[in-house]
Amino acid sequence: MEVPILKQGAVLIATFQAALSDADLNQLRMGLVQQVVKFRSRAVIVDVTAMDVMDSFASRTLREIAHMIRLRGAETVIVGIQPEVAFAMVQLGLTLEGVATALDLEEGLAYLNEKFKTTN
Amino acid sequence: MAKREGTSTYPEAKQTEEPSELLRELVAHLRQNRTQLREEWVVRITETRLLTAMTKEEIFAEATSVYDSYVEALETEAFEALQAYARNLSERIIPRGVETHEVVGIVLLLRDVLARSLFAKYQNDFKKLNRILDAYEPAANRIANTVAVGFVQERERVIRQQQEAIRELSTPVLQVRERLLILPIIGVIDPQRARQLTEQLLRGIRTNRAKVVVIDITGVAAMDVTVANHLVQTVEASRLLGATVIVTGLSPEIAQTLVTIGVDLGKMNTVGDLQGGIEQAERLLGYKVETLAEPR
Repeated sequence: MEVPILKQGAVLIATFQAALSDADLNQLRMGLVQQVVKFRSRAVIVDVTAMDVMDSFASRTLREIAHMIRLRGAETVIVGIQPEVAFAMVQLGLTLEGVATALDLEEGLAYLNEKFKTTN
Repeated sequence: MAKREGTSTYPEAKQTEEPSELLRELVAHLRQNRTQLREEWVVRITETRLLTAMTKEEIFAEATSVYDSYVEALETEAFEALQAYARNLSERIIPRGVETHEVVGIVLLLRDVLARSLFAKYQNDFKKLNRILDAYEPAANRIANTVAVGFVQERERVIRQQQEAIRELSTPVLQVRERLLILPIIGVIDPQRARQLTEQLLRGIRTNRAKVVVIDITGVAAMDVTVANHLVQTVEASRLLGATVIVTGLSPEIAQTLVTIGVDLGKMNTVGDLQGGIEQAERLLGYKVETLAEPR
């Protein structure tokens, strides 16, 4: 199932559904990286609230998305990681280092607004 | 001691009629001499200084119940009632500090007292005595076993319950300000408790929508490498939920452990004491605490 990418002002929002295949993830990565420049977005929020398991591929893809987005001149915030998922990821060594995280979409937007204010 | 456990009566049931008849005779004898034997038993209990936590009257009352249950178990060869009684008794006496050896001791004493009375009764008929003892001993051993096992099980149940209570009490996740949680940890952290702390903290972050968490480990004297690693993982997992963790009150020993396992200090936010940690957290959250007037 394809992940829809929503445009909200200067932010792109991608919401993960429960089960995503590796192909879906690859497609999302390419979609985000293309659209972030196309829409001149300043940030991307990836919402993973619906994911109650996160395998190494998904986690690695998230990190890759974040790093590629940064190279394309925008910032990434991962939001909505479930507590159990968070601990499982850390135990597997998937800590998404260098990637901003927030509790949920609202928090992520608040974080970005704060950030835009200070950089403007 | 008999190796058999549980309440199965099959091994006895398979035997010929004779032992059960003997047991009946035995039970009749024990019923007849109830007062005297019970008295003797209580005297032996006091002499050997068992059950010192209980008064004489209490010992006598319990002894009477135990004696009757004992005889009944011998008669019916059904141990459920005795087992239930043993558990009930344990429930009452464990809080008063009665030890395992005392409980086993008194049951064995009763066994001895009754055996002596059998010796006295059948001293002129050695063969009969032998057969009576053949019937009596396995049953008596099973009773002793049942009571001891019941006591130990009850004890273990109490211990489990207390551990549960301690575990629950020991992981408070407290909100001190909007979006600020503190997690004071006191005592020894074993891997199980560490896992529970993490779980509670991560759930607390979600439900309280916390942005900053102060973990205070002033009350933790030392932690091993496993637990230290777990602490680091907790910090990282909290970050994935969008919360910053500040660890306060690291003892020199824990600092040593963290350095030894080579923690990436960039990930760990540490402040000397809890007060400093809360102040730092307030700064992160944009609070400014001011004194309005000189304290009186």
